[in-house]
Amino acid sequence: MTALRPRPGIAAATAAGETRSPASRAVGLLVVLVLLVAAVLASLAVGARAIPPLEVLQILFGQDSGQNALVVRQLRVPRTLIGLAVGAALGVAGALIQAVTRNPLADPGILGVNSGAAFALALGTALGVAAGPLGTLALAFLGAFAASVLVYAIGSLGRGGASPVRLILAGVALGAVLAGITQAIVLTDRERFAAMTAWQSGSLLDRDINLLWWALPFVGAGLVIALALGSSLNAIALGDDLAAALGDNVMRTRVLAVTAVMLLAGSATALAGPIAFVGLMVPHMVRWIVGPDQRWIVAYSVLAAPVLLLSADVVGRVLVPPGELPAGIVTALIGAPVLIVLVRRRKASEL
Amino acid sequence: MSVVTEGLTRVLAHPRRGSIPVPLVGGWVPARGVVVVGGVGLATLVLGVIALGLGDLPLSPSEVVHALFATDGSFSSTVVRDWRLPRVLGALVFGAGLAVSGAVFQSLTRNPLGSPDVIGFSTGAYTGALVALTVVGAGAVSASVGALVGGLLTALVVYVLAYRRGMQGFRLIIVGIAVTAMLHAVNLFLLLRAQEEVAMAAAIWGAGSISLLSWPVLVTAAVGLLLCLPGLLLVPGLRQLELGDDAAAAHGVPVERTRIGLVLFAVALVAIVTASAGPIAFVALAAPQVARRLAGSAGIPLVSSAAVGAFLLLGADLIAQHALPVDVPVGIVTVVLGGAYLLSLLIQEARRR
Repeated sequence: MTALRPRPGIAAATAAGETRSPASRAVGLLVVLVLLVAAVLASLAVGARAIPPLEVLQILFGQDSGQNALVVRQLRVPRTLIGLAVGAALGVAGALIQAVTRNPLADPGILGVNSGAAFALALGTALGVAAGPLGTLALAFLGAFAASVLVYAIGSLGRGGASPVRLILAGVALGAVLAGITQAIVLTDRERFAAMTAWQSGSLLDRDINLLWWALPFVGAGLVIALALGSSLNAIALGDDLAAALGDNVMRTRVLAVTAVMLLAGSATALAGPIAFVGLMVPHMVRWIVGPDQRWIVAYSVLAAPVLLLSADVVGRVLVPPGELPAGIVTALIGAPVLIVLVRRRKASEL
Repeated sequence: MSVVTEGLTRVLAHPRRGSIPVPLVGGWVPARGVVVVGGVGLATLVLGVIALGLGDLPLSPSEVVHALFATDGSFSSTVVRDWRLPRVLGALVFGAGLAVSGAVFQSLTRNPLGSPDVIGFSTGAYTGALVALTVVGAGAVSASVGALVGGLLTALVVYVLAYRRGMQGFRLIIVGIAVTAMLHAVNLFLLLRAQEEVAMAAAIWGAGSISLLSWPVLVTAAVGLLLCLPGLLLVPGLRQLELGDDAAAAHGVPVERTRIGLVLFAVALVAIVTASAGPIAFVALAAPQVARRLAGSAGIPLVSSAAVGAFLLLGADLIAQHALPVDVPVGIVTVVLGGAYLLSLLIQEARRR
């Protein structure tokens, strides 16, 4: 229960040397890549106007064929690119939070980080300070940072430090408050927020492709920090004391990780709205392939998370014709059962 | 792991000194409880008169009282009696119903976070009502029955999923959070699939709103809540269950039957409120805890909870209606207030550890 105790699952696995062989990692990588290509193709092909995958390829590689080419180039390519960036950002943010808090139930959505970014964006829009793409991103970063610090502070008050359950309760409570105020702000000015109502539940529909170009450097920076932190995160998995004894600067790792989470979750929320459960699910799925090594978990999450988000987006497009189910709603539908399974597993409940 | 939630329970259950028992019919009620109910009741009455006077036609308290009892058919009496009174009465009745339901669940789970809104029964009741509305067709009765079935099914599913070698408070809560997220998604799915007119009505109602409450809906809900009143007969059993299953059994309480009866009673209360007003979060969480602190009792006082719940929901509705530039659903206000209250509970609990 104390912050000093290592997470039993990881510690036991590391102690027992339960790592995967390079061969199984390579096969896993191949599988993930194939799935990613399939998800991208599906995202380009499926929708209100179904376009055969072969024709999609023809359009992509130059052969124009009228209306379909317009749909693919103007609507689906931007949407898919945003899905790739948002998915990677959310998956890696989830892996980072889970590693740093040693909490297998952590996720930027569940812990209220995305709600913080969304709240800051709504408030900024209402006050008229969300000027331009840089202003939008800065607001999202600010909100994500403030929410993560607040949740961690409330969750780790008192003796014993941050326990998984206290963190989640603090995150859910703060998330509820922020989402409620966001909704109230949105309701006060329906016209200005017309675009925000769909965005509130997390959607890739009609998002601004220009914002993606502005956000890419920040997402890239977050991913680089996350990949560079890998071995430090492995040390933290053994517990703060042991990590310090191994020569790791625990405080520095935490600060860098929070910075990366802020950049990733903030960008993702600015681009697609608050999407939960992607960051929860992906690191766990990836762990089956690569074992408990954080360096590999982060690296594989970059590729695996977009598969999940794009698939959720594609499913959302076909479930309720002629409308669409926001991707964030579909991820909740798939992700919530994962949370239940995790919390029922003995390892998680022993934390 | 349940250290956290048990600690929270222990802190919140901490009794205060100075309550003097006085004999009343049916048991001993602390004098402080009577004072609390009287005080909160009076405050609610004042708030109610203020609420009846606010709006596009502002009325002073004396004008409100006059309009309430006037028989001259004046415009102000139409405004007060036909337009504003259902909303105010609805806030009172629904607040009380939610609070009693929360009090029963919190007592049964021995956990302040075991209330129906946190565990997801309210969202489940809404799902049930939506299914009834879209499949069977619109109507107060079908919505109520759907909400009841939805709430009960959700309760069953949450408990089954959270049960693993015994029940742990934290697992119950996290399973509840997950089930709530899922049902929320299902609700949106149903809304998007529904016919437009059903969807419009259901969407307004979905945020938890009493702004469009009319007399017929209110009367139906009130009758439904009255039909639940026999459930109060189980309350002495609830008090025994608070001492533990073994102690209750030793005192001759049929433990399982009492528990199931109480769950049915509490779910029915939530379902009826949800069927008429949509899911209103956190009143069921906060009201019993506030009542317990005011009354300084060891268990959760039901009558004080009801009074506090009525006061809280009426206050939240006043904020929703008048404090913001536009009329927002009361459910948004209660989510914000309740979430903040939950945060303060977490902070308090951490300080005392």
